[in-house]
Amino acid sequence: MGKKSNGNAPKQAFFNTTRAFKKSLPILMGVLMILALADILIPKHAYRFIFSGNWFFDPLIGAVLGSISGGNPLTSYVIGGELRQEGVSMLAITAFIVSWVTVGIIQLPAEGLMLGKRFAIVRNAVSFCTSIVIAIFTVLTLGIE
Amino acid sequence: MIKKMIEKVEVGEAFLFLVVMGYVILGIFDFALLTDVLTVLIRLIVRIAPILLIVFVVMFLANLFFENKSVSRFLGKGSGFRGWMIAVVGGIVSSGPIYMWYPLLGDLKEKGMKDSLIATFLYNRAVKIPLLLLMVHYFGWDFTLTLSIYMILFSVVNGVIVQRLTQRGLQG
Repeated sequence: MGKKSNGNAPKQAFFNTTRAFKKSLPILMGVLMILALADILIPKHAYRFIFSGNWFFDPLIGAVLGSISGGNPLTSYVIGGELRQEGVSMLAITAFIVSWVTVGIIQLPAEGLMLGKRFAIVRNAVSFCTSIVIAIFTVLTLGIE
Repeated sequence: MIKKMIEKVEVGEAFLFLVVMGYVILGIFDFALLTDVLTVLIRLIVRIAPILLIVFVVMFLANLFFENKSVSRFLGKGSGFRGWMIAVVGGIVSSGPIYMWYPLLGDLKEKGMKDSLIATFLYNRAVKIPLLLLMVHYFGWDFTLTLSIYMILFSVVNGVIVQRLTQRGLQG
């Protein structure tokens, strides 16, 4: 599988990996710091006040909120569960959960720097749209509200 | 001298500097809040440190065993069905936050990995088997299975659209 024949290969591979990692660390650290800030500044119960019960706007709001939030998917399930108890539609909750993990506005600068600005913007925009489409498909398939 | 220093600073370092400045400003206005934020930050760092180590090892192994040609064969132009499968399964089994994988994917992209497969890999990061049980707890089996299947299917759709919109054509 294309194994390098050079005896110095492990040293070179270690050097290349360390260099790539060193370049990425400031960006990763910055993202972690923003996530920590968001975790404290955005209280979990704040989400439930934003949904109005509108079938057009709720999934859109759900996808927007999921996109600007971030972190462990478990948190999105917990918030989703709480929203469900508050009577928020599954369409909005599904869009919220899917965009939470597939769209990352907080990580966008890091993604742009490491994978290309155009790629990052296009990928996040497409993921945002598909989060709403997936929510519609899921709700229609299961016949839930 | 300041101009020279600015020229030497990389984008990542400038980004980190801005965020640190934000923390400093927060600390000036509300030190107690800053302490809370720092506590969460330390918890986050402790949680992701082992994953970062795994990513480092995977990157090292990729650098050691895969030359650009191999990456192109498995994940580049003409990688076909096998490339899609690697991206889908890789995305599902990979652990940790999404941004931990950017360095590795950036490295693989330089070696020839297609945008469509990177997008598909990142999309499948959403399907986490160990976390599904909690989703089942909140929303039930039907919802969890249906959503997971749609997410896997749409990861490929997502990859195809991203590839087209980044104007590299379907072959990347």
